[in-house]
Amino acid sequence: MIWPAVIIGSIGTYLLKLTGYVIPARVLENPALRRLTALLPIALLAALVGVQTFSVGTALQIDARLAGLAAAIIALILKAPFLVVVLVAAITAAALRATGLSV
Amino acid sequence: MSFGAISVASGLDVWQTQALSLGMFTGASQFALVGVLGAGGGALAAVVTALLLGARNSLYALSLRPYLDTAHTSWWRVLGRAQITIDESTAMAIRYPAGSRQARHAFWTTGLAIFVLWNLGTLIGALGAAALDDPRVLGLDAAVPAGFIALLWPRLRDRSAIALALASAAVAIALVPILQPGLPVLSAALVAVIAERLMARTERTS
Repeated sequence: MIWPAVIIGSIGTYLLKLTGYVIPARVLENPALRRLTALLPIALLAALVGVQTFSVGTALQIDARLAGLAAAIIALILKAPFLVVVLVAAITAAALRATGLSV
Repeated sequence: MSFGAISVASGLDVWQTQALSLGMFTGASQFALVGVLGAGGGALAAVVTALLLGARNSLYALSLRPYLDTAHTSWWRVLGRAQITIDESTAMAIRYPAGSRQARHAFWTTGLAIFVLWNLGTLIGALGAAALDDPRVLGLDAAVPAGFIALLWPRLRDRSAIALALASAAVAIALVPILQPGLPVLSAALVAVIAERLMARTERTS
């Protein structure tokens, strides 16, 4: 089921981009739609942070990912670039596992 | 690079990963799609999450129209520019006067440069991660939430954004043991709908 998700998802996101260029402007100028479009990334990205940090399938678990997330937040406060934030989180989690301090 | 590595660590192969960077080419949606699939979510939940995150590109395209349109913009140019309509190319184009040659130039050069770099980075990251036996040893599973919070961070501009983020994360985490994988994340879209209604009401009363 990965290929269908990749292909349909790609076509869908492309059509969304194209929509803004070709449909009448007033359709997208609805203030409620505009507000919602700005709020959706915040809600979905935050949910992804939460789920990816604590979930193992349908179970919740606290492990080295939480320490990685904390390290990522510190890196963000220090205005580190994207790749550094991701690396800091990975290295923190890997170090905790290598030393046996966390699963 | 991080997308390629995270995508392969989430269970996609190098081809599927590269197809996303070529075809989808919008970071947050790509990360969301592989994140939901990697967490065991279904294809439908993964696609819907990616599309909801990609909806903002429609509004970028709409606001770019006066900057990019000329009297004789051909349809194939519109088809091409749609694919490179992302946060960065939009931000660069709107720094110049609407309809100016500089605005169009900034849009195309930024969009195409990021397209090439993003796809090269994806390939390097994907091949690197594919060479590993267990991505957990290198902490790649911890890189996934870090990638999402890095995408989220610049959007937390005010208190209501932070409140929405905390509420969405709390709702999604609480639903993990109850719903099928993939659906807890999607439920955050409902939190956004409620937040939008609350904002609409505050606007009317103020």
